[in-house]
Amino acid sequence: MSLSVSIQKKIGNFVLDVSWEIHNELAVLFGHSGAGKSLTLQMIAGLMEPDEGRICLDDLVYFESATGKRLRPQHRMLGYVFQDLALFPHMTVLQNILYGGHGISKTDKGVMAVEMMRRFRIADLRDRLPAQISGGQKQRVALARALMRRPRALLLDEPFSALDASLRLEMGRLLKEVRQEFNIPIVLITHDLHEACELGDTMFVYTAGKIVQSGKPDEIIYRPSSLDVQDLVQGSVYQLERPAVLLQQLCAGN
Amino acid sequence: MLETQKGWCFFMDSSSWFSLKLSLQVASIATALILLFGVSLAYLLAMKNFRGKEIADMLFTLPLVLPPTVTGYYLIVLFGRRGLIGRPLFEATGWSFMFTWQAAVLASFVVALPLMIKTARAAIESVDKNLIRASYTLGHSEFSTAMKVIFPLAGKGVIAGTVLSFARAMGEFGATLMLAGNIPGKTDTMPLAIYSLAGSGEWSEAHAMVMLLTAISGLFLYIANRCGKRLI
Repeated sequence: MSLSVSIQKKIGNFVLDVSWEIHNELAVLFGHSGAGKSLTLQMIAGLMEPDEGRICLDDLVYFESATGKRLRPQHRMLGYVFQDLALFPHMTVLQNILYGGHGISKTDKGVMAVEMMRRFRIADLRDRLPAQISGGQKQRVALARALMRRPRALLLDEPFSALDASLRLEMGRLLKEVRQEFNIPIVLITHDLHEACELGDTMFVYTAGKIVQSGKPDEIIYRPSSLDVQDLVQGSVYQLERPAVLLQQLCAGN
Repeated sequence: MLETQKGWCFFMDSSSWFSLKLSLQVASIATALILLFGVSLAYLLAMKNFRGKEIADMLFTLPLVLPPTVTGYYLIVLFGRRGLIGRPLFEATGWSFMFTWQAAVLASFVVALPLMIKTARAAIESVDKNLIRASYTLGHSEFSTAMKVIFPLAGKGVIAGTVLSFARAMGEFGATLMLAGNIPGKTDTMPLAIYSLAGSGEWSEAHAMVMLLTAISGLFLYIANRCGKRLI
């Protein structure tokens, strides 16, 4: 499958103008806050409409300004994990996951939910409310819920930002498992260079609504195309505890 | 003390029972209608952007600030036998709202509706927008999202609005007097009966009715406060 995005949107003085295409890989959108990464995800999901452009998944057109085609978010069959996870606070873990199985028969939905909870190791939390589980457990529930309908692509808007380092590593491992099993395009927004290197096949660097560089994460880190990208990458590296050593370790695998 | 006892005994009187039953009947029907229309209107005002939205909100809220007699006057202009709606209704059916218990329902509905709209709109607007968006991305329609996510989360506000509306409907006087009149055994709800009793100097009976109405309204306000506590 390939996810193709070419969008323009003007909000006040801010102009988002990006084009990219990915296949069954994990793409990282990297950049400062307010660069347009979340807007891009919202437009792919149909939660916001671009002014111009085209968004399609293989031959299925989600949005096309030229023909006026607009597919509602309900019909895009995308998994979306929000930054705040957006778990329904009045539903138990099981109910949250079942809610993600819209359109699936009741019997199949039950079986799938049990399977999802087993896979994400949250079966023992099934009757708890989101307020009664930890941050890492909430992440698992949000991922399980987003994957219940077997989405065509998965969109992750900084889902691990609130977790501590060890939980982020654990969630990274989980995401790798998801990627292997589902084999769909995955778009991950992160400010964390560690995550970008560890998980990303491709990275798009956003600055002020534009993509200033794209490629493999280690290529971008070692060969930034501009001072802006260099500053952005270095800024992220210096936030790490042992920048030089860690950077080498991180990118060694890639 | 003797007067008060006489007053409570007075409650055995059939006309007073009628007023109590009529008040409960009028308030219950008006509240049911408010629940149906008020929640729908609150949802539209909270979730949709359309032309004239704030004007619509202002029009529905006006009865909250206008003197009840003015609201009653408008209702006569609309639903009176020669009114904009009342005339065609009368010509088609031979029936008019004027001086019927249904007119008391209409007056209570219009006067208490803003309480539901304001309370429910605030509660719906307070629901985290990301939860609504999440529901859409999970394939749920707007209706399904409203029923399974928005209303359950805004439920306390809707309950508080319902209880407040019921209490307001129970106490409605001015607009009811204008539209339904004060006909003993037909349209005299508790507030109207109290007005008549006080006017004719039957203080002990009026006192007993006032106590009962205060107790009912106080109970409903207490429930509304309990329901609304977590919204504030």
